[in-house]
Amino acid sequence: MSCAAAKTTAPNVHSSAKPDATVNPCTLCAPLGAALATAGVRGAIPVLHGAQGCATYIRRYLISHFREPMDVASSSFGEAQTVFGGEDNLGRALDNVLHQYHPELVTVATTCLAETIGDDVPLLLKRYRTRTGSALPLVHAATPSYRDGHVEGFHSMVYALVKALACNQGTPLRAVNLLPPLVSPADLRHLREIVAGFDVAATLLPDYADRLDGVILDQYRALPDGGTRVVDIASMPRALASIDLTLTGRAPRASKLLADRGAPARVLGLPIGVRATDAMIQALADVTGAGRPAWLLGERGRLLDAYADGHKYVFGARVGLYGDPEFVAALAGFLLEIGARPVFCATGARNRALPEALATLPVGSVDEVLDDTDFESIGAACERLKPDLLMGSSKGYRLAHSLGIPLLRIGFPIHDRLGAGRILHVGYRGTTRLFDELVNALLQRQQDLSPVGFSYL
Amino acid sequence: MSFDLLKERRAQVVRNSRDAVVALDCNKASAAGSVSQRACTFCGSRVVLYPIADALHLVHGPVGCAAYTWDIRGALSSGPELHRISCSTDMREREVVFGGEQRLEASLRRLIAQHVPRAAFVYGTCIVGVIGDDVPAVCKRVEVDVGIPVIPVLAEGFRGTKRDGYNAACGALLALIGTGDTAGVTPHSINLLGDFNVAGESWIIRKYFEEMGIEVVSVLTGDGRVDEIRRAHGARLNVVQCAGSMTPLAKAMQERYGIPFIRVSFFGIEDTADALYRTAERMDSPEVMGRARALVSREISRVLPDLRACKQHLAGKRAGLYVGGAFKAFSLVRALRQLGVSVVLAGTQTGSREEYEELQAVCDENTVIVDDTNPLELASFLVEQDVDVFIGGVKERPIAYKLGIGFCDHNHERKIALAGFEGALAFAREVRATATSPIWNLMPRRRRTVTTAMGD
Repeated sequence: MSCAAAKTTAPNVHSSAKPDATVNPCTLCAPLGAALATAGVRGAIPVLHGAQGCATYIRRYLISHFREPMDVASSSFGEAQTVFGGEDNLGRALDNVLHQYHPELVTVATTCLAETIGDDVPLLLKRYRTRTGSALPLVHAATPSYRDGHVEGFHSMVYALVKALACNQGTPLRAVNLLPPLVSPADLRHLREIVAGFDVAATLLPDYADRLDGVILDQYRALPDGGTRVVDIASMPRALASIDLTLTGRAPRASKLLADRGAPARVLGLPIGVRATDAMIQALADVTGAGRPAWLLGERGRLLDAYADGHKYVFGARVGLYGDPEFVAALAGFLLEIGARPVFCATGARNRALPEALATLPVGSVDEVLDDTDFESIGAACERLKPDLLMGSSKGYRLAHSLGIPLLRIGFPIHDRLGAGRILHVGYRGTTRLFDELVNALLQRQQDLSPVGFSYL
Repeated sequence: MSFDLLKERRAQVVRNSRDAVVALDCNKASAAGSVSQRACTFCGSRVVLYPIADALHLVHGPVGCAAYTWDIRGALSSGPELHRISCSTDMREREVVFGGEQRLEASLRRLIAQHVPRAAFVYGTCIVGVIGDDVPAVCKRVEVDVGIPVIPVLAEGFRGTKRDGYNAACGALLALIGTGDTAGVTPHSINLLGDFNVAGESWIIRKYFEEMGIEVVSVLTGDGRVDEIRRAHGARLNVVQCAGSMTPLAKAMQERYGIPFIRVSFFGIEDTADALYRTAERMDSPEVMGRARALVSREISRVLPDLRACKQHLAGKRAGLYVGGAFKAFSLVRALRQLGVSVVLAGTQTGSREEYEELQAVCDENTVIVDDTNPLELASFLVEQDVDVFIGGVKERPIAYKLGIGFCDHNHERKIALAGFEGALAFAREVRATATSPIWNLMPRRRRTVTTAMGD
């Protein structure tokens, strides 16, 4: 482990908008994000407008991470729909989903195929409503994957939900909107707990904690309990404020829309690390006028105590970060505050959010930023920058393995370990856990590399 | 759970009855909105060719289709591992508007120079079929320049079912077969079709054949190598395991090269023994047959005591299974029956009319048989049929576990080899590990039964 060199230059930003192939992608496609965001609404089910495979691949991918049922319907295009348009199939898909699932809301996200042939989904949905007389909310997000990845698809669906549903204006409610990025169910629960600590109601959008980290059942539930209620989404403009933890880059912000409709926005990024969590706590204190709960202060104190106990083991540690912009940016801030060095910050997202967010860090904090990148490019960055450890999804496992360095599994997806949904990343509590894991991964490596090992720190 | 079978799916579900055999509706597009467990045509082509380890596999389309198929099967290689990387032309708006041929060509040239594969497969995705990229022309151009076969696999997601994707893959293999030198191929030789070396299963089977004195010219496609596939037409017999995907290839090779084929299965000891004997028969060699007998009796006596021990724990248990192809289903019904487990729910994603007739014949009375089912149907039948262990793939797993029902992965991602004699024992142990786990006694579904039992 080398000392953290005090660089004074700006990071080298690589965009791997390569002229040719992407090898080992660091992103999924947009409808995955849209489907996942949909799971955060009570009684909601996503329909993907396109061929059957998209829905099935996305289900398999999400199931392997959350280890929970995850139903995604498809309008199951064949050749005829590709040529003549998918209206009939979309109608049949909606009929069948309504019949089987009795949903409270259906979202329709478009696949590349439907976008390319130019199906006008808003019009099709309007005609469906007229034809069937159904009052069920149908929310559409355009999610072509030749434009967007899963991160942007997630934001697009949240934006679409707000745009379509958050229309209720009137007397202010003692509530706070919280707009999280793609975090774990454990994170969502902890965020709820933190907001509750300020004695206000929390409306999280999306909130898939209970649907994608659910209890065992004796009778199967077509749409498991949990998720944000449609009526609560409707009332979001009446909240005291929206705390926005997302980095949407060039994509439109749901919190901006809510601000236009009445709930002022605070855009913060993900609360990982003392400073980032402090910022969220401060914002909550500001908007609610309530004092900080004692238990939170206790957790903050214990986190600082852990930092003191472990700081030397992480000092100067060279860490390679990759994943969704919110995670990478937050983890970079966390590493800097504990004296470790994020040698590269990489994302496969295409919304330019990561370089924007990292630009707010002191110059020289990060050696390289890889935007819109793939694991081939991340591998090359590892060759150049020689990280001691990687932090990111399980998709970096083979890379870490080939480099002989530890991988700390963070964020999404985690396909090769149990309990991805139970990983807590956020708040003082999540940061404490991350810090312990980071220190212990580095210690484990020292033990593995040592001929004699050690029994005490 | 309130459950009502979709109208358009009613003929795809039957309760087995010997007295009144009802033909199952099948081999058709999934109902829109049904939440089918099936993937698409592209998927069918991709899974079949995936294990060819020294070929470049390039998915021409937006990034998702490649991302979801990155390292997706546990298909092992004894050498190169090119199949375990995910290559995509990652088409963007620009390509959708102006065409993706340039990007495809640049990608092919760069990746071929970088990885030096023995062949390249280019998979078309939905968009490519719509915008009309001339993929074959690009492949031809690159092939001429780089001197390796560059084969277009045009199975766009919307162009039919997964089965149509299998056909496209068979077509791609046919483009390779017949282009290699068959000198030195021995008279007692076979190709093994439809084994994908998941968890090393092809190695187990290959070892049996080699012991019998049979040369395995190529495995299609487990631990696959381009040069082996190119000389596959020199083999005397095609031994077809995953008949759903590989029958079109076997038929084409019979037509084109006069190679007969037999359908076999290596799941379960009965089927494995049968597969080895039937292959030996076709070699017209008493010596090969003698070795097959010795191998089978030795292997069976090796695993039988442990299988019997498993059976003691499993007798009377009830199984459900939902698999890709019907031939695996037949084998699993027999293998489970040997363990004292009855199959009370059986279904496949891609079974044909004839295959379902056979499945109905092999299954017990009252077994629920389903084609192209969905999570709600499966959950309902698992409870209704009181299943103890469900056998399927990743997408079926959480349905079983959510209800507190045992599960055994018999799909792409299994880490334990389940083929051959040792595989039959591994399977029995897997089923036992899940079906007899004490944790189920804690689950709400079983709590009432246990309380009663304890009360007794």
